[in-house]
Amino acid sequence: MKYNGNAIKYGDNVDTDVIIPARYLNTSDHKELAGHCMEDLDKTFVSRVKQGDMIVAGLNFGCGSSREHAPIAIKASGVSLVIAKSFARIFYRNAINIGLAIVECPAAAEDISEGDTVEADLDNGIIRDITTGKEYKTAPFPEFVQKIIENGGLMQSVTNGVI
Amino acid sequence: MAMTMTQKILAAHSGRESVSAGELILADLDLVLGNDITSPVAIKEFAKLGRDSVFDRDKITMVMDHFAPNKDIKAAEQCRLCRSFCAENDISHFYDVGEMGIEHALLPEKGLVTAGNVVIGADSHTCTYGALGAFSTGVGSTDMACGMATGKAWFKVPSAIKIVLTGSLRRYVSGKDVILRIIGEIGVDGALYRSMEFTGPGLASLTMADRLCIANMAIEAGAKNGIFEVDGTTLDYIRTHGGAEPVIYKADEDADYDEVLTVDLSETEPTVAFPHLPENARIFAEIGDVKIDQVVIGSCTNGRLEDLIAAAEIMKGRKAAKNVRVIVIPATQRVYLEAMEMGLLKTFIEFGAVVSTPTCGPCLGGYMGILAAGERAVATTNRNFVGRMGHPESEVYLASPATAAASAVTGRITSPWEVAEL
Repeated sequence: MKYNGNAIKYGDNVDTDVIIPARYLNTSDHKELAGHCMEDLDKTFVSRVKQGDMIVAGLNFGCGSSREHAPIAIKASGVSLVIAKSFARIFYRNAINIGLAIVECPAAAEDISEGDTVEADLDNGIIRDITTGKEYKTAPFPEFVQKIIENGGLMQSVTNGVI
Repeated sequence: MAMTMTQKILAAHSGRESVSAGELILADLDLVLGNDITSPVAIKEFAKLGRDSVFDRDKITMVMDHFAPNKDIKAAEQCRLCRSFCAENDISHFYDVGEMGIEHALLPEKGLVTAGNVVIGADSHTCTYGALGAFSTGVGSTDMACGMATGKAWFKVPSAIKIVLTGSLRRYVSGKDVILRIIGEIGVDGALYRSMEFTGPGLASLTMADRLCIANMAIEAGAKNGIFEVDGTTLDYIRTHGGAEPVIYKADEDADYDEVLTVDLSETEPTVAFPHLPENARIFAEIGDVKIDQVVIGSCTNGRLEDLIAAAEIMKGRKAAKNVRVIVIPATQRVYLEAMEMGLLKTFIEFGAVVSTPTCGPCLGGYMGILAAGERAVATTNRNFVGRMGHPESEVYLASPATAAASAVTGRITSPWEVAEL
């Protein structure tokens, strides 16, 4: 898969409580959740995020609560890809399961600046910062995870008899 | 191939003789859990499969605990969706208002988890059941949906950190202080993707309440699961709570661990995690004068009977400091009843606290004790992230029930050692 968008940058340990505060968990409506995405960390996110933009973050992105509402809110906001130094494990599997593209790449996550235009080709394991001209290699997903991604998420994998 | 305790359980549940760290496996599930927030998303995903039934109606449980008794109309709709799904699918273990409790206090109490089980729950604190010698981990709603349909979940086999406990706890020091100290040492991603396996001679001195509290917060170090070696205390607990026949897995002597951490329980002190991460752990020598507005005693971490007893011991014959709101939430109906029979509720009310029906409520900023901008709470809960208990400019300080009670007495963050000497 190929992605192209501008970077919105955050630091380490962005938790799912700030991605989607619990006061909005009385709904599972994707659009409504997207309307409050990142609210307690960055009040400007909802108004400035554009279709295709990428979140670029530090260590342990998505830590804390298992709420799937967090990757759902990010995906429904129009974010095409999340690049981080590392992901908290529940967020990682939730993103794979619901089909939000994510990739661990510490060097890219360190270097890419807010607003940079970024291109990613995850099939070939390449992230390119168009603004700076720098290129980064990413490790491929394990085969089993790749299969879930190719099938369009976990439920589709169950339907297709992969699981 | 030598294996950790976690690896042995995963091997046994995936039909293999052995597994090693990094492998991806499909494991058979003994129990699938959801709550009133995560289950609605799972139910919608499950519906997409068009299946007539769940894989096993006795191996699924839903607990209405986060926003129940319903805090608003939307929460009521979510609970109604869970209620009708469980009725339609004849789910054996559906716990609604009246019999519910906070899920991670309720399931062990109801004997729904036993040693050797593999459990997934659409709630990050599902790691709590590791205290019973089970592999138990938090997942999302889609994993829950898949688990309800197939009875399976995919896992990357984790490597592990071995935590060797020695010594025994001093008075007014509890499992909460131990886990806050460990998270302070290794950080909120110190155990990322890995197991935390607790063992050692100090284990014998820890109550089940201490162990459940420690395993509960393994996720706050990023761990996949926290798990305790099974001993007589575990077996007694499982037996007295009507759990299924335990299967005991023990790590191989020569199992490979990424790290070995030794924790001397007798050197552990009352510990408080400062905002806004559980790793900001401090002992009282490092804590100055921090005034507080609210104290919350409860949650899946510290709402068990032992926790209420510890709080009541400090509160008895004393009064809450002026302008401090004290909220006590027994974690389950049974804990509530036992606390009443023991006279603890009287102690709390005479102290000036409110006592609430079981709910996760304030822990995640849902309801029943939301903080205003600039307010500070000492809470026996598990997270102190920005906005966790209310306004993004409020602050949560994580502590044990004894420390929370002591702080309620003085109106500032206070060691139980200080109050006990008064």
